[in-house]
Amino acid sequence: MRARRIRATLAALALMVLTGCGGAAQTTGPRPAAGGVTGTVTVLAAASLTESFTRIGRDFEAANPGVRVVFNFAGSSALAAQINQGAPADVFASANPGTMRTVTDAGNGNGPTVTFARNQLVIAVPEGNPAEVTGLADLARPGVKVALCAEQVPCGAAAKQALGAAGVPLTPVTWERDVRAALSKVKLGEVDAALVYRTDVAASTADVDAVEFPESARAVNDYPITVLKDAPNPVGAQAFVAHVLSDGGRSVLTGAGFQVP
Amino acid sequence: MTLPDQQGDPVRTTAASPRRHQPQRVPVALLLPAVAGLLFLVLPLAGLVIRAPWSTLPQRLAQPGVLTALRLSLQTATAATLVCLALGVPLAWLLARTDFPGRRLVRALVTVPLVLPPVVGGVALLLVFGRSGLVGGWLDATFGVTLPFTTAGVVAAEAFVAMPFLVIAVEGALRGADTRYEEAAATLGAGRWAIFTHVTLPLVAPGIAAGTVLCWARALGEFGATITFAGNYPGRTQTMPLAVYLALETDLDMAIVLSLVLLTVSVAILVALRDRWLTSP
Repeated sequence: MRARRIRATLAALALMVLTGCGGAAQTTGPRPAAGGVTGTVTVLAAASLTESFTRIGRDFEAANPGVRVVFNFAGSSALAAQINQGAPADVFASANPGTMRTVTDAGNGNGPTVTFARNQLVIAVPEGNPAEVTGLADLARPGVKVALCAEQVPCGAAAKQALGAAGVPLTPVTWERDVRAALSKVKLGEVDAALVYRTDVAASTADVDAVEFPESARAVNDYPITVLKDAPNPVGAQAFVAHVLSDGGRSVLTGAGFQVP
Repeated sequence: MTLPDQQGDPVRTTAASPRRHQPQRVPVALLLPAVAGLLFLVLPLAGLVIRAPWSTLPQRLAQPGVLTALRLSLQTATAATLVCLALGVPLAWLLARTDFPGRRLVRALVTVPLVLPPVVGGVALLLVFGRSGLVGGWLDATFGVTLPFTTAGVVAAEAFVAMPFLVIAVEGALRGADTRYEEAAATLGAGRWAIFTHVTLPLVAPGIAAGTVLCWARALGEFGATITFAGNYPGRTQTMPLAVYLALETDLDMAIVLSLVLLTVSVAILVALRDRWLTSP
């Protein structure tokens, strides 16, 4: 009960912060292209955006006949490395600002980067929660097997931050390479819990339950998006980013468990 | 890269009397694709060497995780190769020397890990040997043993992916070997086990050696099945390829250094073994 009240307060706080940023996004975000969008738009997006961006892409194609959106979903850092090595792409959506900075610092961004979504960690547990995990502290209990993302990838950095904030010393059995790999260890019942994003649990229909914990508010993950400098289709890229920031895009993201500015 | 002497006379008649050591003009139709193939294989390696951060190399090598991962890689690859030898050589013998219904199907099944993406292999291993898997659940309940997230799990993943290389090499050697030696031994009264150990094995030793090298090399470079089945924990399941992958997330230079270390050590070991055990014909 108490946890729920705390959560409600945090949600309200978060909402205030988010709406504050919403105004900035409106003014700095790319304007929708005034028609004339054609060809293929290549979007490199963080793996955690797989479901929501696939839907947004379909909506975008429906709204712009003749346009095709091609996605490449992978870990943000891997995508950033590809971009900096010259991979041809129009849009990059990263799961954290640090990874986005490696792209913009290398001069490969074009125009502003806009935060379009936020994500929080939850504790993913196998269906039925066999280890009876109710909060972060339970993860440090002896005999509880936990999978964390490696600190090199965004979800791992966020997990480290949340655990640090909670003062929970935790030794996982494995540092997974990305959030989906951590989640699949839960689905297969190999671990009792994993720290993953709320959206990842929302995206996987069965086998996994989410346990919310208050410290996750200390490790909120911003998702920035930008048009790339060498975009083969800059007009299409602007239009796609505008679509992500539109009401339609935002409702898809919220439905997937993201918070939107 | 040594090319045969191109200055020699074009001797047209040598084709009729092949003498091995006489230098011959290499047909251009073979030489060009051969050199292209060599470049294709070697250039990415050169890319690593050229791009390597030589100035900071010593500091990077001195980082604590590097040696741990390297040692774990060498240990697990060797252990996996031993497992493959113990199980794979008998399996190859069975496929090459006996006839049983469904043998062709069995041979096809043996090659499945070759075509299976290693990550899928890792998932398959989890489904069988995982904590709630078919065999793994029983192991856990009976002995309290779980393979995932352990060094033994790394060995299992590597052996699963590498064993086909050994089996195929040894089976090929067995099929190519002259069975008359085995028949002669049998007429002299030797039992099948004695024939296997005293005649067959020495006969196909080069094939086994070649298969062992392939198997070890494959196990050493294994990534997908390992990280999926055994997870990633420094000192326990984090082998060099896993360390390289994670370094790639944040530090390209470190990834290159780790790759070079793995390459150098493995090539050095293979060359040393080749000089010692495998004198090419």
